[in-house]
Amino acid sequence: MSALAARRRTLPGFGLTMGLTLSWLSVIILIPLAGLFLRTLELSPEQFWAILSSRRTLNALRVSFGLAFAAACVNLVMGSIIVWALVRYRFPGRRIFDAIVDVPFALPTAVAGVALTALFAEKGWLGAPLAALGIKVAFTPVGIFVAMIFIGIPFVVRTVQPVLQDLDPEIEEAAGSLGASRSQTFIRVILPSLAPALLTGLALAFARAVGEYGSVIFIAGNLPNVSEIAPLLIVIRLSEFRYADATAIAVVMLVVSFVIIFAVNRLQRWARSRIPAR
Amino acid sequence: MTIEVKNLVKKFGSFAALDGVDLKVDNGELLALLGPSGSGKTTLLRIIAGLDWPDSGEVSFNGEDALAQDARERHVGFVFQHYALFRHMTVFENVAFGLRVQPRAVRKDEATIRARVKELLDLVQLDWLADRYPSQLSGGQRQRIALARALAIEPRILLLDEPFGALDAKVRKELRKWLRSLHHEINVTSIFVTHDQEEALEVANRVVVMDKGRIEQIGSPDDVYETPASAFVHGFIGESIELPVHVDGGVIRLGDRPLQLAADGLAPGASKLFVRRHDMLVGPPGSGAFEGAVQHVRNFGPVQRAEVALSGGETIEIDAPRDKELRAGDTIGLNPRRYRIFAG
Repeated sequence: MSALAARRRTLPGFGLTMGLTLSWLSVIILIPLAGLFLRTLELSPEQFWAILSSRRTLNALRVSFGLAFAAACVNLVMGSIIVWALVRYRFPGRRIFDAIVDVPFALPTAVAGVALTALFAEKGWLGAPLAALGIKVAFTPVGIFVAMIFIGIPFVVRTVQPVLQDLDPEIEEAAGSLGASRSQTFIRVILPSLAPALLTGLALAFARAVGEYGSVIFIAGNLPNVSEIAPLLIVIRLSEFRYADATAIAVVMLVVSFVIIFAVNRLQRWARSRIPAR
Repeated sequence: MTIEVKNLVKKFGSFAALDGVDLKVDNGELLALLGPSGSGKTTLLRIIAGLDWPDSGEVSFNGEDALAQDARERHVGFVFQHYALFRHMTVFENVAFGLRVQPRAVRKDEATIRARVKELLDLVQLDWLADRYPSQLSGGQRQRIALARALAIEPRILLLDEPFGALDAKVRKELRKWLRSLHHEINVTSIFVTHDQEEALEVANRVVVMDKGRIEQIGSPDDVYETPASAFVHGFIGESIELPVHVDGGVIRLGDRPLQLAADGLAPGASKLFVRRHDMLVGPPGSGAFEGAVQHVRNFGPVQRAEVALSGGETIEIDAPRDKELRAGDTIGLNPRRYRIFAG
């Protein structure tokens, strides 16, 4: 860009804001992440591999990612149904339900953990009838799954809601007058229009569930190899002063999360490219 | 396909969108529903399409009760003002939609569908846009695609809701002509809604003028323009001079001045006198029913428009030929070549 063009830019402050953005992002995000990678360099490749391939690490990663993905999928389905009801119908108490969706955003995660544990414990309101059916929730992986669903639900609802609200009712009328049944209209017209928002909601709920710590550790029981999540294993390694071990697990979580979010992002871009802006 | 509507009533809360509407549409007609916004014309169209339901009344197609069927069973093509195209589908898939969602038993095979879509895109002269998305098209192109999509299901009736309302003036005029010739070609019974009188008079075979949920007049474009049935129709269609008059003992008075106009057969009482602007003939002072002073004159294409202050105090606008010499300050006589008087 020529100096003249730069001087003629209509919006002032590019240099200042860009500089602040770069330094802030470096301090807050890039430098800590780089530190994480540097720390793992203290380990030889063999040591690094040994930590990762240990049964306890692998199980913790499997529990974290596997349950987070399952919980995100459940949230995708249930969240969509909730959004549909909140947006499409007028019923008494709708606004209250709408507000309740945000509770997992606002509630301190430890509070959520304690509440869920009390509810699903063997003598709890929900735990007791489930125990009678032979289902144990608290202190098992099922408990982790429940906590992850709890904290993830608002992400799906809040990303899909505005898109569904903006969906023009005329396109459904058009589909109907062209002979489409309600289910054909839903599958061929409504769902594809919502797809990018649904994928975003899925990715956010998943990322949140992978990183969740506070509510999970209360309800999980934290049995190594069974109901121990990766973030907890990191904390345990730190408390044993095995910093390199902790960072190695952290790096793997970081890389896997990044790859998954990146993949979802590409999927989203693909879905959105098929629905160009009006 | 003939359409018959009997005593249709539809209320939104306390507002009567349709207040007892009766209408018969003949096979192959191109009918315009004309009226100001809030006159109920769109509601009527949506009820015929099955997108809305009346509180009471009957709708029948070829004598068959249409209200027993929902929109998808009626085989009615509907074109929306804002196109309502499926944004995530190509133009081709938009047009093919109605063919793809048919029940399996009657659904055509892929080759037949492709051929049919191609034929429709040719009909609307947009075959070269088949692979585009709606957002890549202009407004006029989108509306033509919406029309092709509606025609794909071989509708028994074609309904268009303000089809050119969102387009700019030049495109509107082109599409009007195009719609009329298209109708001539496919000859399907069609109703379109508009608030634009020029559009209604130019395109339709027959015009239905609506106001406040009621039909004011049904007739050919000539009928509604030349012999308006009510004060509303006279005021709404064409440019009119409207003067409050009083009919009393065979004399028409404007204020307290008697007018030299025939009052045969008029009911006594407060009335409205309507004259088309170009029907007000200019003469020397004292020569006509009215007299006034020219305020100012503007030239308007083939006519000159003069603002005239009548001696009674009202100000009116008249259209006079360009060769008539009119200057601000002149006192002129005015004589209506044709006029109509409605009670009320």
